[in-house]
Amino acid sequence: MNGPADLGGKHGFGPVTPEVDEPVFHADWERTAFALTLAMGAGGYWSLDRSRYMRETLPHTTYYSSTYYEIWFKALERLLDDAGISSGETAPKRVLAADEVRPTMGRGGPVSRPGPAPRFAVGDRVKVKPMRPATHTRAPAYLRGHTGTIVMIHGCHVFPDTNAHGKGENPAPLYNVAFPAADLWGPDTTAADIHADLFEPYLDPA
Amino acid sequence: MSTDHADHSHLSDMDVRVRALQSVLEEKGFVDPAALDELVTLYEHEVGPQNGARVVARAWTDSDYAARLFASAGPAIAELGYSGRQGEHMVALQNTPETHNMVVCTLCSCYPWAVLGLPPTWYKAPAYRAKAVADPRGVLADFGVSLPEATKIRVWDSTAEMRYLVVPMRPEGTDGWSEEALAAIVTRDSMIGTGLPHADEAAAR
Repeated sequence: MNGPADLGGKHGFGPVTPEVDEPVFHADWERTAFALTLAMGAGGYWSLDRSRYMRETLPHTTYYSSTYYEIWFKALERLLDDAGISSGETAPKRVLAADEVRPTMGRGGPVSRPGPAPRFAVGDRVKVKPMRPATHTRAPAYLRGHTGTIVMIHGCHVFPDTNAHGKGENPAPLYNVAFPAADLWGPDTTAADIHADLFEPYLDPA
Repeated sequence: MSTDHADHSHLSDMDVRVRALQSVLEEKGFVDPAALDELVTLYEHEVGPQNGARVVARAWTDSDYAARLFASAGPAIAELGYSGRQGEHMVALQNTPETHNMVVCTLCSCYPWAVLGLPPTWYKAPAYRAKAVADPRGVLADFGVSLPEATKIRVWDSTAEMRYLVVPMRPEGTDGWSEEALAAIVTRDSMIGTGLPHADEAAAR
């Protein structure tokens, strides 16, 4: 989708402002919002892709006027509605216990899967398809329509565009693709090239 | 004064809202309060950039390890005991005099938690996500860092579940340093690509 979260190349946000000796959390509620998001995520009510979709579909005014943990929390409220938890339709499934936290986080959630053989090889030229889906996608707007070169093949990973919408994992080949920065931004860019990880369904041969 | 008051009220609103939801989820049996505490302890005090700093220091001092790290980062990082959430699929990027690497997530806040911990606020904020892919030198200037004109800057946009760790160049003046002393000068920002490590006399002592 072309939502408020897709920020590559935008103007108007001012300089980057690092905070000296920044704490991990700035308020107690941030600790709770973070832990609730992870604990509920471990419950299996939704996928990581779904949670990203619920963040990026917050209204633009909300997204840009919220801190990042506010975005997480507002999306968590939407996820609870979406999963039927707020209404009481959905009962607790898996409850993350304290002694499961370390093993669960230590395992993480790998998204590599068996899948189709890659259509492209390292060195191939590919063009990102023009697209404007209203649904979740991980093809950033600033790369659509541009031509790049495959530099890595990462194997097959869960395809976020369907997984975010309950339409299956549909593992697809994932590539690292390099784009000359001047092709994207013109000669004034201070980047030499941009590398992005793009799924095969986003790409056409160039 | 009015700004301070507004900030204070704003935080209090969130405090109330988050606590209310926490109470409901605990009462209905969706979350275990002890697990929430454990998650906070783990990511506030244990998983952090000191993990990545050990990986970098090992790569600086052990060329066989460096070769394994750049060939297949996940297993090499796991050798030092680091793995898991938001570090499941790792790639290590080598800075050289010719090429400097910088990592961003323009779409959200993807970040290699297993080696760097939770991302700083600026990494998740719109300014960095908007600017890094088009003007990385401008970003470096925001951090007070400048690179030679001849150095190319390569920006990695974390658009899928691959997570990238920058291995900065070992600074001059660190010959003979122990791995531990080296790890102490590897900053978080140098492993994102928005900073550089510097030989620091205090760390060497």
